[in-house]
Amino acid sequence: MRVMMMVKANPKSEAGVLPTEQQLAAMGKYNDELQKAGVLLDLSGLRPSSAGVRVKFQGGKRTVVDGPFAEGKELIAGYWVIQVKSKEEAIEWAKRIPAESNEIGEVELRPFYELEDFAPGSAIDAAKELGKKLPANSAPKR
Amino acid sequence: MALGAAEETIRRIEAVWRIESTKLIAGLLRLTRDVGQAEELAQEALVAGLERWPEAGVPDNPGAWLMTTAKNRALDDLRRRKLLRGKHQELGRELDAEQEAASGELEARLERELDDDVGDDLLRLIFTACHPVLAREARVALTLRLLGGLTTVEIARAFLAPEPTIAQRIVRAKKTLAEAKLPFEVPRGAERAARLASVLEVIYLIFNEGYAATAGDDWMRPELCEDALRLGRVLAGLVPDEPEVHGLVSLMEIQASRAGARRGPTGEPILLLEQDRSRWDQLLIRRGLAALERAEALGGARGPYALQAALAACHARARTAADTDWARIAGLYGALGEVAPSPIVELNRAIALAMLFGPEAGLKLVDALKDDPALASYHLLPSVRGDFLTKLGRFEEARAELERAAALTQNARERALLLARAAACGEAAGSSRA
Repeated sequence: MRVMMMVKANPKSEAGVLPTEQQLAAMGKYNDELQKAGVLLDLSGLRPSSAGVRVKFQGGKRTVVDGPFAEGKELIAGYWVIQVKSKEEAIEWAKRIPAESNEIGEVELRPFYELEDFAPGSAIDAAKELGKKLPANSAPKR
Repeated sequence: MALGAAEETIRRIEAVWRIESTKLIAGLLRLTRDVGQAEELAQEALVAGLERWPEAGVPDNPGAWLMTTAKNRALDDLRRRKLLRGKHQELGRELDAEQEAASGELEARLERELDDDVGDDLLRLIFTACHPVLAREARVALTLRLLGGLTTVEIARAFLAPEPTIAQRIVRAKKTLAEAKLPFEVPRGAERAARLASVLEVIYLIFNEGYAATAGDDWMRPELCEDALRLGRVLAGLVPDEPEVHGLVSLMEIQASRAGARRGPTGEPILLLEQDRSRWDQLLIRRGLAALERAEALGGARGPYALQAALAACHARARTAADTDWARIAGLYGALGEVAPSPIVELNRAIALAMLFGPEAGLKLVDALKDDPALASYHLLPSVRGDFLTKLGRFEEARAELERAAALTQNARERALLLARAAACGEAAGSSRA
């Protein structure tokens, strides 16, 4: 399963204060560990909400609202995407985040929807067609 | 509630095991020089945890706890053996170890060693599990067990084999390794290339068993693909300068990106050119293309895995099936045929050329391969011929070929697909006669 670990913003991240050398080193070590374990798929840090905008949809209208946004604790400051066997494994990895040295107060874990979770639309159609129309191309499986 | 909490702890311990077991076994292997013993010590430490943690709670650093516990058991073992043997003395490192143990030096050395960077330990374990003294299937089972953290039951399920068969295979593999008295070094020089090739082969075998299950009712077993990808990524981190490792990782990432598109709603296979490309996983494609770039930057563009990855990348880059660069694909198969000659590569090159020049040309190329003994029981040959014949409107011949292909494949899903195509050809033949 694929899980996104989202780091919640703090006053410093929202002020655009970049991590110190020491913080970077601790985080780098952790990222390295994820990488070496073969579970890390993606990661990124996000600029503070002052650099962001929101596009609101209401009554058929689109309104653009510039940041910063007030709900500090709910804002996202960065994320990892990891591939793990179970939710428990994701939690184990999350517990190892160097939270204290990087002043992280909370990380939220959200499993991805996998394609299997959806009833395929066009894939169903393609499959139905298979029986009807003449044989498909037999290009190599790869 | 209590039961729920206990269950939660057990699931947590499973997760800890998955994360820590490989490092643990790798670290202990350096100490014991015996794979079986290293694994036993690690397992014993896990059992100790299982007994203790549901009551006492999982420690903050469970990996370190397991390592310390296993290490202490290893020391106890050594001391016990020393007592048993009394004054009998043995030469070699064991003696040194015992003397060290007596003076407390061993403990200090172990502490140092086990806290070291585990990279070399892991690499040593990988090379050992994939050692050429072992049969191929033993390498696969041992690698999944020692490096993938899979239980025997899980491996048996993945390979549709009875559990005792897999258990036996693993026991025998460990025995073979013990009897071979391997030096447990990370190979260097010319030997390294050959040994690395064996490691890559094992990982790709695991991936392929997941990607195109050779037998049984499922078209894919995605868990095995994930295990193989994880192993590949770990290896790429351990030997970042080896281009073929990145080539293999790239190949697996790009192939895995199509997992969601190559099965229909009832699990039936959907072939590459028919797939809904919006269902391809762009994150995996991006990772695959990056890995391919790394392989090429390291001068490995003509490695067999890098070439296969480049082929997969051609499809990944094409936004629609019609956009496929068949000329480049034919060229890449040509290059692959030079470094790794195989009739299967030729067959695929013929398919690419048929896409460029039409089914007539394809048929001629494939017919040249028809008598190759290596392809005699390979279902893709009649399947491809059947396809070309269909396109040429020769439905009767096409049906016969597709039925032959269906009889040859071991995969139930694929057989059903081939039979459906054969039946469609039969109908078309009937209506063209009418």
